[in-house]
Amino acid sequence: MSTAKPTTIVVGGGLGGLWATLRLVEAGIPVKLFSLFEVKRSHSACAQGGINAALDTKGQGDSVWQHIVDTIKGGAYLADQPPIKTMCEEAPGLIHTFERMGVTFSRTPEGLLDLRLFGGVKYKRTAFAGSSTGQQLLYGVDEQVRRYEDRGLVEKHEWWEMLSIVTDSEGRCRGITALDLRSQQVQAFPADAVILATGGIGLIYGKSTNSSNSTGAAASRVYQQGAWFMNGEFIQYHPTGMIGDDKLRLMSEASRGEGGRIWTPRLPGDSRDPRSIPEDERFYFLEEWYPTYGNTVPRDVAARAIWRVVKHLGLGVRGEDRVFLDLTHLPADFVRRRLGSIIEIYEDYTGADPTQVPMEIFPAPHYSMGGLWVDWEADPATGGMKHGSPRNHQTNIAGLFACGECDGAYHGANRLGANSMLSASFSGRVAGESAAAYVKGLARVARADLGNAFDAERDRQEEINRAILTSEGSENPFALHRELGKVMTDKVGVERDNRSLDEAIGALQELRERFRHISLDDRGPWVNSSLPYARQVHDMIVLGQVIAAGARLRDECRGSHYKAEFELKIPEGKFPGDPEWEEYLTRWKEKNERWLKTTVARYAPEGPEIEYHPVDTSVLPPETPRDYR
Amino acid sequence: MADTIRFKIRRQDRPDSTPYWQEFAMPYRAGHNVVSALMAIRENPITAQGERVVPPAWESNCMEEQCGSCSMRINGRARQACSALVDSLSQPIVLEPLAKFPVIRDLVVDRSVMFDNLRRVKAWIDIDGSWDVHTGAPRISPQEWDLNYALSRCMTCGCCMDACPMFAPDRDFLGPAPLAQVLLMNNHPTGKFSRADRLHAIMGDGGLTDCGNSQNCIQVCPKHVPLTTAIGMLGRQTTAQILRDIFGA
Repeated sequence: MSTAKPTTIVVGGGLGGLWATLRLVEAGIPVKLFSLFEVKRSHSACAQGGINAALDTKGQGDSVWQHIVDTIKGGAYLADQPPIKTMCEEAPGLIHTFERMGVTFSRTPEGLLDLRLFGGVKYKRTAFAGSSTGQQLLYGVDEQVRRYEDRGLVEKHEWWEMLSIVTDSEGRCRGITALDLRSQQVQAFPADAVILATGGIGLIYGKSTNSSNSTGAAASRVYQQGAWFMNGEFIQYHPTGMIGDDKLRLMSEASRGEGGRIWTPRLPGDSRDPRSIPEDERFYFLEEWYPTYGNTVPRDVAARAIWRVVKHLGLGVRGEDRVFLDLTHLPADFVRRRLGSIIEIYEDYTGADPTQVPMEIFPAPHYSMGGLWVDWEADPATGGMKHGSPRNHQTNIAGLFACGECDGAYHGANRLGANSMLSASFSGRVAGESAAAYVKGLARVARADLGNAFDAERDRQEEINRAILTSEGSENPFALHRELGKVMTDKVGVERDNRSLDEAIGALQELRERFRHISLDDRGPWVNSSLPYARQVHDMIVLGQVIAAGARLRDECRGSHYKAEFELKIPEGKFPGDPEWEEYLTRWKEKNERWLKTTVARYAPEGPEIEYHPVDTSVLPPETPRDYR
Repeated sequence: MADTIRFKIRRQDRPDSTPYWQEFAMPYRAGHNVVSALMAIRENPITAQGERVVPPAWESNCMEEQCGSCSMRINGRARQACSALVDSLSQPIVLEPLAKFPVIRDLVVDRSVMFDNLRRVKAWIDIDGSWDVHTGAPRISPQEWDLNYALSRCMTCGCCMDACPMFAPDRDFLGPAPLAQVLLMNNHPTGKFSRADRLHAIMGDGGLTDCGNSQNCIQVCPKHVPLTTAIGMLGRQTTAQILRDIFGA
């Protein structure tokens, strides 16, 4: 029996980790909060457009139910539905909690929260703070965590990198090992429960919209220790990334929600100043192909449309990989007020003013719908997720929880814009509550003896470090990372085919082999960033294998995962009632019988072992296909 | 256009060791910012003199001037390295760590004093808890929002602290960034309830009156946070607080 005062560890201090921290502390359980940097610098700060909640304050008759439906269908039915239901139901309360924390949401003339339109929906449902919403939400919870830190309930371990979890003889998670990024020392930290909130994996694609610390290494590490990774193959390309050599900076979907239009010249290779191109020589392809949703179709649809226009129709601007995102028809003061912070980013890096000149954009790797597999408990009374159950957001490893982008629970095959800040916050809150319930339950169970598990795991990690630091090979970790990004971008991108995926799987295996021969320029014992970077590169390659393996096996198109060979097309110009549509519907349902399954990857040294789990579709059975025309 | 990009970087191996300078010359490529150039140097760390060295250490994360990590002195001025475009800088580009914080290594400094100061001034809203209380906060006008949003964009990057002549490691002054957050919290309709606590926190030694009004902070803030406006408004709030303390409110 455990009698000592419980302790918990949260790894990651973005929206998910900070929410989890708050709920643990509020349950009376102190938290050690680990982060690679000051938590205020987390990648949540880069989220721009807003956070969804069906507040229905725009006279459009929006509803929680519609938010649930849009989220489920937006994700092509691939996510378990009861947790989505609960998330959407609790979204308005979450927004109001953020508001109480002091988040500077943009306001209507009468002082209420303003709402804007986002993709994949028909109603204004997105609360926002200019176009730096993620930053503002992050700061709101950061301040609350600081308040508890001031009371001695949160102990921050900033400048620490989690290397592994420590488990007991029964496989229960009992703590972590971590690397002090300054002294390079490895230490073990015991805990009664560990919550991972370690964010996205964009760096696996080399260039993405993600921050340079969003490597997915932490998720990869626990995956290599036995945690399941779900739906890895579902990688969201954001339709509108800025083109850049070092990073593909995000230009928020809010720019289209506020009236921005995507177009490209109808004339191939047209190099005229876009402002001089007459309306009838512009191809507003989203509006033409999807008249109902137009520029605010879901991201998978928009990204693929841009891809098609550029790669298959040869209509990229000046023949290059880019199309226009045009705000110039909107009043400049309106654009600056509503979208100021992204306008500044674009101006800073290109020198062009988007209120005067159309922006040039192209799809960019942005978000991982997949992530660590997490459990949840059904509540028969509500049809949602059972409040306070310790199963919620627990991985298959007892005592290890995951929330935020590093879990794979809510977005199925495609995430709707402005649902990520919602799921990060909501899942963080749930994971904190759930871990608190788990820890309290531990008082009643006898736990296995730990023996020397902490020392052994610390020694194992130090040995990995020593091997890297003394390796005298010819491979450069930075170059290996660039090659990894190229493999993933070229062969596991917007459009996929099995031959390329086979090549990717081979190339990844080869990269893993070559990693054994790396050599570092910095072998010193103080603030050596090369060592953690090298370890991240290895762990990114391993997660790349999960993405590629899942993609290779899934012979269908669903959400962000697209293989032309297996596309089941909606018959052109046909709608429900037409015989062609009914025929399509039948085939669509047959396809779901085969493929409406959660991909679950388990680690094996020779490559991931993939199995499929059923999806809970009890809220909205898959009767109507996605159709945004 | 020069075919190389030249850097002069101030190195320091450990917090207590002596700084020294190193020069690097790398092939020109359009579109480089200081962080992407540092990344290129890191991959092949050879000095202008042809010596292979340990790559310089620096901090960065978001690469789009949202996270505040990559502050450093670039050609003498504190700013974010990720948005410092090489094409707009005179060469050699001189990189130094921020001067007002302890150096950890090379361009990495310890800015924890900024976060400590946010604690000192109680820069948070005292909510009952992060659970749903089935109501939001009172309404806020779009006009109030304008100022609050501008204040809330502070990313604790430290540029204003670096530029402030009154802020230094051996002095007690809170610095401009934490002060501005006091105004933001005091402006919030329920944050007002703890206004007196926050004002008292900035009324003593190292508080508001240590500001020398040099206006340097506002010149360097990458987010155009109205720091001097905030300090001016806080001056009036503290004066009113003094009167309330004497005569009761």
